[in-house]
Amino acid sequence: MALDKNPETARSFKLVGTRPLRPDGIDKVTGRARFGADMSAPGMLVGRVLRSPHAHARIVSIDTSRAEALQGVKAIVTRADFPAEVPEAVADILDNCMAGRTAFYDGHAVAAVAASSAAVARKALKLIEVTYEILPHVTDVDAAMRPDAPVLHPGRADESVPEGTPGNVISRVQYGHGDPETGFAEADRVVERSFRTAATHQGYIEPHACLATMGADGQADLWCCTQGHYMVRGTCAAILGIEAGQLRVTASEIGGGFGGKTTVFLEPVALALARKAGRPVKMVMSREEVLRASGPTASTSIDVKIGMTKDGRITGAAAELRYQGGAYPGSPVEMGTMSAFAPYDLKNVRTVGWDVVTNRPKQAAYRAPGAPMAAFAVESVVDELARGFGLDPLDVRLKNAAREGTRSSYGPTFPAIGLEATLRAAKDHPHWSAPLGEGQGRGVACGFWFNFGGDTCVSLNVNPDGTVSLSEGNPDIGGSRASMTMMAAEELGIPYEQVRTVIADTASLGQNEVTDGSRVTFAVGLATIEAARAAKRVMCERAAMVWGIDPEAVIWEDGAAKPAGPNAGKFEPMTLADIAAIASNTGGPIAGHHEVNAEGAGVSFGTHIVDTEIDRDTGAVKILRYTVFQDAGCAVHPAYVEGQFQGGAVQGIGWALNEEYIYGEDGVLQNPGFLDYRVPVASDLPMIDTMILEIPNPGHPYGVRGVGETPIVPPLAAIANSVADAAGIRMTDLPMSPPKVLAALQAGAAGN
Amino acid sequence: MRYEAPQTVESAVSILSATPAGCHVLAGGTDLLVRMRAGMSEPEVIVDIKRIAGMHEISAEEGGWRIGAAVCGAELGEHEGVCAAWPGVVEALELIGSTQVQGRATLAGNLCNASPAADSVPAMVAAGAVARVAGPDGTRDVAVQDVPTDPGKTSLGRGEFVTSIFLPARPERASDAYLRFIPRTEMDIAVVGCGVNLELDADGTCTQARVALGAVGPKVILVEDAAAALAGSALDDAALERLAAACSQAASPIDDKRGTVAFRKHVAGVLARRAAIIARDRARGEA
Amino acid sequence: MSNIHVTTTINGDSVEYLCAPEETLLDVLRDRLGMTGSKEGCGTGDCGACSVTVDGRLVCSCLMLGAEAEGREIATIEGMAAGEVLHPLQRKFLEHAALQCGICTPGILVAAKALLEKNPDPSEEETRYWLAGNLCRCTGYDKVIRAVMDAAAEMREAS
Repeated sequence: MALDKNPETARSFKLVGTRPLRPDGIDKVTGRARFGADMSAPGMLVGRVLRSPHAHARIVSIDTSRAEALQGVKAIVTRADFPAEVPEAVADILDNCMAGRTAFYDGHAVAAVAASSAAVARKALKLIEVTYEILPHVTDVDAAMRPDAPVLHPGRADESVPEGTPGNVISRVQYGHGDPETGFAEADRVVERSFRTAATHQGYIEPHACLATMGADGQADLWCCTQGHYMVRGTCAAILGIEAGQLRVTASEIGGGFGGKTTVFLEPVALALARKAGRPVKMVMSREEVLRASGPTASTSIDVKIGMTKDGRITGAAAELRYQGGAYPGSPVEMGTMSAFAPYDLKNVRTVGWDVVTNRPKQAAYRAPGAPMAAFAVESVVDELARGFGLDPLDVRLKNAAREGTRSSYGPTFPAIGLEATLRAAKDHPHWSAPLGEGQGRGVACGFWFNFGGDTCVSLNVNPDGTVSLSEGNPDIGGSRASMTMMAAEELGIPYEQVRTVIADTASLGQNEVTDGSRVTFAVGLATIEAARAAKRVMCERAAMVWGIDPEAVIWEDGAAKPAGPNAGKFEPMTLADIAAIASNTGGPIAGHHEVNAEGAGVSFGTHIVDTEIDRDTGAVKILRYTVFQDAGCAVHPAYVEGQFQGGAVQGIGWALNEEYIYGEDGVLQNPGFLDYRVPVASDLPMIDTMILEIPNPGHPYGVRGVGETPIVPPLAAIANSVADAAGIRMTDLPMSPPKVLAALQAGAAGN
Repeated sequence: MRYEAPQTVESAVSILSATPAGCHVLAGGTDLLVRMRAGMSEPEVIVDIKRIAGMHEISAEEGGWRIGAAVCGAELGEHEGVCAAWPGVVEALELIGSTQVQGRATLAGNLCNASPAADSVPAMVAAGAVARVAGPDGTRDVAVQDVPTDPGKTSLGRGEFVTSIFLPARPERASDAYLRFIPRTEMDIAVVGCGVNLELDADGTCTQARVALGAVGPKVILVEDAAAALAGSALDDAALERLAAACSQAASPIDDKRGTVAFRKHVAGVLARRAAIIARDRARGEA
Repeated sequence: MSNIHVTTTINGDSVEYLCAPEETLLDVLRDRLGMTGSKEGCGTGDCGACSVTVDGRLVCSCLMLGAEAEGREIATIEGMAAGEVLHPLQRKFLEHAALQCGICTPGILVAAKALLEKNPDPSEEETRYWLAGNLCRCTGYDKVIRAVMDAAAEMREAS
């Protein structure tokens, strides 16, 4: 759908761009809001999962007889309780939810129990006897690509993988145009470096939780915290061999997801237990389970080579990216490969990506999946080249910036985009020119994300009293009900308070793609606007009927139907409430709905500036000042746009400095808790300043672009570049934890 | 499992003596409940000592301070007398965990948990603190450095528990400081910890020093060479350099998820120097 | 295993319950009393989502046994608003958009209230350190800190 054409250069809005209170706010500040673990049902049982203590092991046998004999145990399921054959699309998901012949990672589910209490369930797990045959394991991406590495899934490689490639490589992708070698030959300097990034977890504070009921008649209900209850319905139905229409999924309030709740872990298991026990089953993961068996993103190993002329023009660019996505195919390497050089207008560029499996939990999407690691590598080398020539790193980026008409490194030609605007805003901002103290440094980096659209279905009902109920099918993860309410009210010309938006269950609306890809404000917003427009058309028809004129002679303006002009006749405007009040007499209830596979999401760019200070005696890096510049297209609710910028930047700070999955020699995760998996705390951070730029997305009526993911892309490199500025060391291995920084400082001192 | 909340020391000792192996003392619970949840501790009996008279008291004694075993970090931090005399011990306890954890965590609990990385223990050892232990044979006093013996193990006997910690009297021109290194600014376990306790004479010369390191060995290390490096000095750069070298030398850490051997040895010296400067300035009345 | 009978006060109301000896106060609140406003994010005292006060002292309810509550005064998020009148902190959190998903919000509000009772005029740094045990993964803390400081300012003016 195209941007609304308006006589004015910029459309003026009444509500869009303001900051009303969120409709779910009071529930959330009073503790009333119900999240995944907050629901209960009569006769409810407690479900718990038994997990593999080994990184890689054949499951020789599982004896559940002693556990079954324990008083209070109502059901136990293993893989044998799931269909032997499931559709290919969900086969790996099922295997990840409940191991088959092999446990592929520390924490892999092997059995589950439903019992009358948590204490009984815990005891029962200890009575389940699993005989394992321990197999050799590999957790590192580079090690997994060696010819002698233990192979997880022999024969799984697809046709893109050259013959003779080691067995854990599942697929290869390539993007680009021109010839990088030609470009390197034209450069005054070519820098080639290798980078590594550790796996990080989305780190949502709410552990996975669900409550399942399933009757002997095949009807099932599921309450769960998820980014997409339609996805949960489809996946669980396929795994359990039931009809999707028989499974109603209701999304709870969701306590963070960041991509990690775009798949299922407990849900099919809870349904299987509920079916077997004939009673509702509630399952809630512990934090340890969340870290061992859900989420994380890929760890990576990336080589980047860039050539630049001494005036800062990039002549050639190449990257090779190796991502391990855990025990199953599907690391986000392709999106890393596509996004690596997206901010640049390049003649010669090539990126190659390798998807690799290892004995780690199956990766799940994490905010701009695959992009932050690629940007870390590329933006570090761009920075090194710019500094080497004594050029301003912002000028170098401006010189090479992708703009409208640029053929992107991954293929498409960009329409209107906001990268240059963010770079210019950064250059003009006082932060860029503020003085730095001794031992302090400043870094900058750009980031890109595609943004998604996808299947969307929205229903808007005009109530008899003139209020409006809006039903959408995407869990509200950060205030999206507020922006939907705003767009509906804006379009209808009624007050924000007269619209209430709910997240409908899977029985109440058609298919909705998950809340991912920064798609919701764009796609659901677009469908909301269209649904409101559909309702307006109906209301205009009703007014026309009352007035006895043609519906075409009625327009909607300021919340009321009006005659289109003097020729249409002279009638007092009929407000939405007027029309709603007589709806029963004019044809019945009034509603608008819209169903679409939304396209035209509009890519997003951001530029971050960060100041750091290095403690040269301990290697500790302190974030002193941080500013985010990003194109939002049109900021519907600016406070929640800023919130996305700030939250994404801080997740990136965590990734850059301290967050990492640490595996021991035994392949067991060493830090499955918030004590040693170190997400940033309030005292680690300064305020995160933001500047919202609005370069309208041509694919949305109001110009909206997704904003949620781009902010996590630049911080990794921005901080590395800042550290390079502060201390003269180039950190290529994330996280830049104090021991690594101190070692680099000492090596630097020894070298000088 | 059984939960007992005795009202007297005698009754606590009697319960502890009856089930020695499976009986755990509950003070603040910030370690015990985490271990129970992880399945690392499965006590038969939990003895909550917080209902015993005196356990929440901080009392002046022989010029020093006696701190009841149930006094939490927040309470200690609000006590002006202890904060003035032993700021290093107070700041060490206050560094443990969050504000929430401060509402529960105790010196005695931190000591008896016997973690090599316990924050308050190096500070107490530097302070020359003494634990009072109650048991079937009555009470005895034990130097704090002799309580932990190995990770998770203490020298306490059957039926014994710590009822209070005694921080001795302070002469004039004496103070202490504790610093630890963590990757974040809060919420982490010490990668290295260092407590420094100093006494100065009228012209600023260090007459006595005690320096203790945490998280760089199986138990807290009292570094005699570090004390020797400071004693008799004006706490000048040269003395601080010797102090740092002695601490780096004395540290015998391991590589683990929180840090490397090389990092810990280096940072032990860095922290010792920094903590000594803070303690010196405090002793001089400059901080 | 026999349950323990506990009499305590929660948000000013006298409450009695039975709990198992190993049950935490958080388990009791959520599973026995239906007070699900306190959240479990970690169960190990590292995230603060279960924050409550006990006799006015801020604690993690996951690090305290239900049995220990005997005779104490517990305050939870459910007792923070006075009927339909929100506490200034609750109001400021909404005005500043200081929550995105909202799972950490009850714990942060309880912790922030405890801060302002102890220190009505905290600096930004004091606020950040006081709240360091309350993890928020959505906001980057910026708007949270602003909301707390703004509420403090309003409460100082009102008093």
